[in-house]
Amino acid sequence: MSEPVTFTVDGAQVRTEPGTLLITACEDAGVYIPRFCHHERMNPVGMCRMCIVEVDIGRGPALQPSCMLTVSEGMVVHTESEVTKKAQDGVLEFLLINHPLDCPVCDKGGECPLQDQTMAYGPGESRFVEEKRHFAKPIPVNANVLLDRERCILCDRCTRFADEVVGDPLIHFLDRGNETQVNTFPDQPFASYFSGNTVQICPVGALTAKPFRFKARPWDLEEVVSTYPNPMGDRIAVQSSRDQVLRFQGIDSDPVNWGWLTDKERFSFEAFQSDHRLTDPLVRGHGLNQADPDGDELVASNWSRALQTVADAIAASEPERIAFLGGARLTNEAQYAWTKLAKGVIGTDNVDALLGDELPAHALLGLPRATIDEACRPGGTIVLIGPDPKEQLGTLYIRLRHAVLEDGAELIELTPTATGLSSIAAARLHARPGEVGAVARALVSGQAAADVGGVPGADIEAARALLGGPVTVVLGRASVAESVEPTLEAAEAFRGLEDTRFLLAIRRGNTMGALDMGMHPGLLPGRTTLGTGRGAFGGVWPTVPETVGSDTAAILAAGAAGELDVLVLLGVDPLGDALDPELAQAALDTTPTVVAVDLFPTPSVRAAHVVLPAAAFTESSGSHTNLEGRITAIRQKVTPPGTARADWAIAAELAGYLGADLGIESHADVWAELAPLSAVHRDVDAAAIEADEDGVLVTATGRVSFEAPDRHVELSPLDAYALRLVASRRMYDQGTLVQQSPHLAGLAAPSSLRVNSYDFNRLGVDPGQEVRVVSATGALDIGVLADDSVPRGVAVIDYNRSGADCRVLLDPDATSLDVRIETGT
Amino acid sequence: MSPAERVLITTSRWDQADGHTLAGYERTGGYTALKRALEMTPAAVHEEVRTASLLGRGGAGFPAGVKWGFLPAEVWPRYLVVNGDESEPGTYKDRILMERDPHQLIEGSVITCYAMGLTQCFLYVRGEMAFAQERIAAALDEAYDAGYVGRNILGTELSVDVILHWGAGAYIVGEETALIESLEGNRGMPRLKPPFFPAAIGLYGQPTIVNNVETLANIPWIVNNGGEAFAAMGADASTGTRIFAVSGHVQKPGVYEVEFGTTTFRDIIMGEDLAGGIRGGNDLKAFIPGGASAPWFYEEHLDLPLEKAVVDKAGSMLGSGAIVVMDHTTDAVKACHNVVRFFARESCGKCSPCREGTSWLEKILLRILAGHGRRSDLDLLLDVCDNISPGLDWPPKQTTICPLGPSAVAPIASAIERFADEFHAYIEGNRLSVTAAGAEGQA
Repeated sequence: MSEPVTFTVDGAQVRTEPGTLLITACEDAGVYIPRFCHHERMNPVGMCRMCIVEVDIGRGPALQPSCMLTVSEGMVVHTESEVTKKAQDGVLEFLLINHPLDCPVCDKGGECPLQDQTMAYGPGESRFVEEKRHFAKPIPVNANVLLDRERCILCDRCTRFADEVVGDPLIHFLDRGNETQVNTFPDQPFASYFSGNTVQICPVGALTAKPFRFKARPWDLEEVVSTYPNPMGDRIAVQSSRDQVLRFQGIDSDPVNWGWLTDKERFSFEAFQSDHRLTDPLVRGHGLNQADPDGDELVASNWSRALQTVADAIAASEPERIAFLGGARLTNEAQYAWTKLAKGVIGTDNVDALLGDELPAHALLGLPRATIDEACRPGGTIVLIGPDPKEQLGTLYIRLRHAVLEDGAELIELTPTATGLSSIAAARLHARPGEVGAVARALVSGQAAADVGGVPGADIEAARALLGGPVTVVLGRASVAESVEPTLEAAEAFRGLEDTRFLLAIRRGNTMGALDMGMHPGLLPGRTTLGTGRGAFGGVWPTVPETVGSDTAAILAAGAAGELDVLVLLGVDPLGDALDPELAQAALDTTPTVVAVDLFPTPSVRAAHVVLPAAAFTESSGSHTNLEGRITAIRQKVTPPGTARADWAIAAELAGYLGADLGIESHADVWAELAPLSAVHRDVDAAAIEADEDGVLVTATGRVSFEAPDRHVELSPLDAYALRLVASRRMYDQGTLVQQSPHLAGLAAPSSLRVNSYDFNRLGVDPGQEVRVVSATGALDIGVLADDSVPRGVAVIDYNRSGADCRVLLDPDATSLDVRIETGT
Repeated sequence: MSPAERVLITTSRWDQADGHTLAGYERTGGYTALKRALEMTPAAVHEEVRTASLLGRGGAGFPAGVKWGFLPAEVWPRYLVVNGDESEPGTYKDRILMERDPHQLIEGSVITCYAMGLTQCFLYVRGEMAFAQERIAAALDEAYDAGYVGRNILGTELSVDVILHWGAGAYIVGEETALIESLEGNRGMPRLKPPFFPAAIGLYGQPTIVNNVETLANIPWIVNNGGEAFAAMGADASTGTRIFAVSGHVQKPGVYEVEFGTTTFRDIIMGEDLAGGIRGGNDLKAFIPGGASAPWFYEEHLDLPLEKAVVDKAGSMLGSGAIVVMDHTTDAVKACHNVVRFFARESCGKCSPCREGTSWLEKILLRILAGHGRRSDLDLLLDVCDNISPGLDWPPKQTTICPLGPSAVAPIASAIERFADEFHAYIEGNRLSVTAAGAEGQA
């Protein structure tokens, strides 16, 4: 590190790191310099000129924009001089002459930097008597964001964000001089998954979001800082008025999301206010809330009747005939409570939060983990083996993009198709589905004389040169049309590489917490197994299961075979989400007592016998574990609808009906009980989570080891008439939260099949044509689109979108899946 | 000095019908300088240019030889960018240089590339200059075919590509960092210096030299005749010859190459063989000595020599070499509005003081012209100017990134200082008689 530099601001000597921007150095020293265009997460542009101050570097004082100047030794800065004040007054006056003073009807009024800084630094009255500039008010730039160009002060924040931060340069400056405006290209909306961020960073009311427009005045909002329970654990402010959540705003958390959110997260607050929320326990019955175990519909009930029904069913059964599916939606505390109920009170190990489409638990718990910051470190190499982060892990996409573009990290893309990061990747190795393991082995070993898995040997050689330094593998399942073994093979190859760690691209929000809390067969809380953890937990819990239970596939199979009495669904919809919907349907049809704990009446909930309404994350407190293992606080802001309860409280109540005491009366009690029992959570308690907004990072390795897969993966021979299938998720799909948010639901396009245009000619089909796609297990009709980001010989199908349901094509055991396209002529 | 006695360095082929063709250019000594330069070391070529004390002809007047020396050693690639985005009102010398003698510019560019050891040159020509673009494109084709440009020039190790790029019609792109932005495919907006001094961080983030068309057109002559011979002409730092574009109320508006530094404003404006005096025998009211951005000069400045330091000291600049003459029939307020309107329309929109300030100034002037002026408007005009260019000093201080904003300030400050009575006449409702007097005086 180089020596600190000393400079003088308003007569005071200040030391700071060399290279610090003057505006930041002054702020650190307690001198706030007004600004509009400057944003600490974007490159300076020096556009608004609000931050100009008199700076003397030995050649006499001169006005300089402090947002573009780095501090140098001996620099003398005057932020209060007459010249500085006159210039800043002048700039504010310039910004205001064409700004409509419609603050009383402007959404930004009350939290508006222009308003605030005019009060603090600006002139009292306008000398501008001419007519202001006019534009049509407001124009939509996409489905959710509106632009009022009259209010815009052209600070370049939104346009820089779109271009630099997220790589969607779809809004731009048009025209020049006083006519300069921000706008989209004609006929091309600002179709970005991240557009809501521009509303948050707009320093005036030019950009507003439809879901919040005219809903509340900023001074009527109350907020708590919380965590969005997605895999990244994005830090957010939950803002509400009159017990209604009205807005989510990103919080600038340095290790996580840097203040950014995807629109999917930002606008999903509407789902939690939805009229479709479950508000009361439901049981089987008929007519006007007549409870009847044989009734063919769900009727409103009360907690005591519903819980008694569940307890009776559990008490009448054997532990091995009881199973729990799901739990990745829950807080850590609720996960512990349900695990303790299932494994420690009832004594069943049939508990699985992974649902068969994540990486296996031994990989998630056994691979050496990297943090997001470690993955993004300057000079490091990132290897992406998994889903497109832009589609599935929005803020991770932003962080990785920044690491590559600004911090000199190198990216190797080892994915079946191009991703949102392809354009900035140093190496793009698009392995054929099922063959990513072979490509990874060739890459790591450096032995790639010939082509491997459809990737030219020379490309692998070139990528190999990037593996000298620290490596982070972003590992996840890129496609559910291939089994997990190839991905595990790839992980195994990289595990042998020096200085390599893994950042796990999981699918569901709190999967890491679920595993840490033991919600998987054979696991106990604290990243330990039934065998190793028995001693500790046996002393505190009434019981500990003797044998390893069933995973999701086995639970559904058992249910379908009539081997289950009670199936508890913890915020999961197997009918909509399980890889094998027919098996899920059979399991729900056959199991005598299906209990659903959920927020919404999903198809699976409607098929349940008892429904217990749960509180959303805005309505209960606890904590969340993100993909790094970082535990951050979730804080209640509003009250749950009806009689819905926190998930942990439902588990605790149910335990009471079973004659047991979970010993949990608040979410904080969980940590008091768990910390002494868990080898990895010794330093974690509710106070520690509450005290640090960056949370507690649980880095200790547990007792679960990575299991190398059988290397001899059988691949079906390539067939010249077939396409190898990739089934991947998109940002907007039929997921419950998207569909329950009115402003998001419309963004989910119907399912389509995407194929390289080269293959169109080869197969004799036309873009947009309806075709029949046939696999060994099923067939479906779907529209086919040309997409040259898809390699030749590969077909990509959207998972969980409306229209054709690709699950009929899938074979969960197949290493790779070939499909044929039939045109019916 | 009669035309016969004047030494013509850059405009020598303007009367030659085929001067723009390779044959015509070669017949009159074309590309001999390139051959000579290739026999010299690059450093020796650079030294000749340094000795010549060739001032940049684009506006700022910075010595080209010194500028070339700013390229950091051993940083590659590096680029030469030729600024042919001549747009300053009243300036039209580069256009004619490109139309009448494109090979001279190409030869100068290639020699410059040789001197600086670089292989790529971008020739940025203003969007509206279609004829110049055609002439340069045709000349480039000829030069490539003849082996003066391209791979292994004249059989040597030197390989230089010259890429012709058309602008899209923005005045601001004449500013070198905005030109670089435009060349990169971005919206033409200036970059902040520091850190974006082109010689350090220029085109594509690499060291870049940006030279004006006329500057480079001088290079072949300097190589052929030596820097000493060039420096022997002119006065003090202003050496060689320079092209001035004279327009406005003169008998013979046009472009004239005269000895730099020794010729006076009176010579060029009043000289029989040059602009030929004020039209119709009218009186001189004011003249702009160096493009619309420059503060105005008057009768008492006529005997100043066209020399950079002298003009700077007198409170204006030679700038782009555009002399705009206004006779006594000129309405100072209208003239002022005309110039300010240009800058308001051409502001790129980046810095608030320029974007909002110049158009505000224009609106105030328009209001005064429409008879809705207020007595406080002169103070308001000057205070708005002060917020764009604090202190209204010369050379200007600025609250903006580039000098476009302050450019609009100069004519207002000049006009109000000298012709406040004309503003007052508009404001008080009794418009002064300049227009009527002008009608009489007009020929």
